[in-house]
Amino acid sequence: MAQEKAKIADIDRTLYDFRNEENESNTYRLDEGLTPQIVEQISKEKNDPDWMREFRQKSLKIYNEIDVPNWGPSIDGLDIEHIATYVKPKDNKMHADWDDVPEEIKDTFDRLGIPEAERESLAGVGAQYDSELVYHNVQKGVADLGVVYSDLESAMHKEEYSDMIKEHFMKLVPPTDHKFAALHGAVWSGGSFVYVPKGVSVTIPLQSYFRLNAPGAGQFEHTLIIVEEGAYLHFIEGCSAPKYNVANLHAGCVELYVGKNATLRYSTIENWSKNMYNLNTKRAICEEGGKIEWISGSFGSHISYLYPMSILNGDGARSEFTSVTFAGNGQNLDTGCKVVHNAPRTTSYINTRSISKGNGISTFRSAVVVNSNAKGSKSAVSCQSLMLDKESRSDTIPAMDIRTDDADIGHEAKIGRISDEAVFYLMSRGMSEEEAKALIVSGFADNVGKELPLEYAVEMNNLIRVEMVGAMG
Amino acid sequence: MTGNLLKVEGLHAGVENKEILRGVDLNIGAGEVHVLMGPNGSGKSTLATTIMGDPRFEITSGKIYFEGEDITSLSTDKIAKKGLFYSFQNPIEVPGVTLRNFIRGTMEAVTGKRVTPFKLMKMLKEPMEVLGIDEAYLDRDLNVGFSGGEKKKAEILQLLMLEPKLAILDETDSGLDVDAVQVVSKGIREYRNKVNGAIIVITHNTKILSALEVDAAHVIVDGNIVDNGDASLVEKVNSQGFETYLNMEKGKDL
Repeated sequence: MAQEKAKIADIDRTLYDFRNEENESNTYRLDEGLTPQIVEQISKEKNDPDWMREFRQKSLKIYNEIDVPNWGPSIDGLDIEHIATYVKPKDNKMHADWDDVPEEIKDTFDRLGIPEAERESLAGVGAQYDSELVYHNVQKGVADLGVVYSDLESAMHKEEYSDMIKEHFMKLVPPTDHKFAALHGAVWSGGSFVYVPKGVSVTIPLQSYFRLNAPGAGQFEHTLIIVEEGAYLHFIEGCSAPKYNVANLHAGCVELYVGKNATLRYSTIENWSKNMYNLNTKRAICEEGGKIEWISGSFGSHISYLYPMSILNGDGARSEFTSVTFAGNGQNLDTGCKVVHNAPRTTSYINTRSISKGNGISTFRSAVVVNSNAKGSKSAVSCQSLMLDKESRSDTIPAMDIRTDDADIGHEAKIGRISDEAVFYLMSRGMSEEEAKALIVSGFADNVGKELPLEYAVEMNNLIRVEMVGAMG
Repeated sequence: MTGNLLKVEGLHAGVENKEILRGVDLNIGAGEVHVLMGPNGSGKSTLATTIMGDPRFEITSGKIYFEGEDITSLSTDKIAKKGLFYSFQNPIEVPGVTLRNFIRGTMEAVTGKRVTPFKLMKMLKEPMEVLGIDEAYLDRDLNVGFSGGEKKKAEILQLLMLEPKLAILDETDSGLDVDAVQVVSKGIREYRNKVNGAIIVITHNTKILSALEVDAAHVIVDGNIVDNGDASLVEKVNSQGFETYLNMEKGKDL
């Protein structure tokens, strides 16, 4: 793995940007905008149970009452009246056999390397195309252990899981949390439901891939993962979209429940197109001795607001957050993370790297809250920023709210520019300027690279490579 | 001396408003060993990195030829690909990039061919033995947390892998203990034996030179080559220092 990691292969830059034109006409989309009627129509499409129908309408009401955030990057370019909140392929049956997925959708995912990835190294794969899941499959051996991996809608209609979903759905991220959580509550569609029973260790990762193909549309998938006592899971999500001239919106929601002494690793490689507003909310709660590990690579989108949050709710619960954000030309990525220590002896470790290039802006926000009951807790925050030229910008905004004397808290921030000396050093060994810079940036992003499975680490380095070559014109 | 490998002609270079090299002439023949000496700040490293196309220094006049080809305005990577190598006085730390991946990247950059991990290990085996480098060392981040000796060994390892036609060794021996100097010298001898590459040794002392047969020595003071000679010049400078040269330069200014 070490050999491959910083090895950067050439890739076709159009890999993510191709569109499937044929498929654009072959879709069913609800009218743009947001009205109780449209939300009701989504409920109808999905055959929502009554509680969900009410939940959507209630969320819509909250959405209309809350203002857009006034502290981050401007989202004025996003007009929800012109976003189609629900777009599904005409053939939106869920398939368990890849061969049955409609040809043009299959073509899209094949070009993205899914589900080859599954055949090679995954325990299960889900693929969402616009608003609906088109494919879901989990290896038999994993299913036999009682592990459930399905789309949320069908799980909601199954007797064994309907109560479980009702009990957990948008309880960690309530619609009142912020405007786009409310929006999500109203129009969510697709996503994943994962349940790992007590003591079960899923040794190979599950993966979900989200593709937003339709122009001017929104994707609002909901991911709900419950890992019971002593269980282990690694879940990977990937996202991409082709570039359009109109704004697209992603307002997904991820809720992770980590049981006593359980561990959940949640890895993301996000490469939304540069017209995307990525207003995503992710949150995890850990019981006693439980551990959440966030691994996150953010490369795409025009504007991002993304701050995964860990609530350490049981004695000795732990959170590790490792991320890389790359803001290129025209991107304003406001990312970070939040940890709430709400029990004794809880620990958190935050290790982030932000890269900015061209007129890209990368802002890192962290918030660490240590409640008075969290005696003996520890938190360490390390954030590093790398600016690649004179135009790029990077900000670090750390916040700490410590309500006990008995806590060990550390924070370290470093902001720097790419070193000319290092570039010269690598060039003196025969590397071109762009190769040298790409290698330095890949190395800088290695905190995430070394945590990802090989093929994702390679993909991440490819993304860096594409960004860097772009930088050189 | 044939002077047909590297030829520096009337080289003037410096940074904004400050000339550091003031008309340097230098000829190096294939396979020759040259020593470049001079007091601190005399322009030794500037000359070396300017030959390598260091963008920090602007060449205001003069030419640099390598194998008869004008390389004065080539970029550093292209110069390296022609077969020049510069061993840094202070090798740069590059976090997150392992020595293994770095060497592989450089091999591929210079040869333009893919080097598989297996092939790389095969090629690394002998040089690593010569330098007494453990394999675990390859998985450490390039120069990060390396001791002075380890950094220099890593430089010489790259020299042995890249097999350039001319290597400029900038104070490769400075700050090293006796054992480390011996290992590094062994590596340089290996380079000589293997490819009979030419060397410019920039040094303050003779420890590293005892392993080499010196063809020529040059003294640089205040951006000028003020004396040229054979190996005996090294001895002379060693016993007398640079004072006479410095006085000479001062006299010129008066």
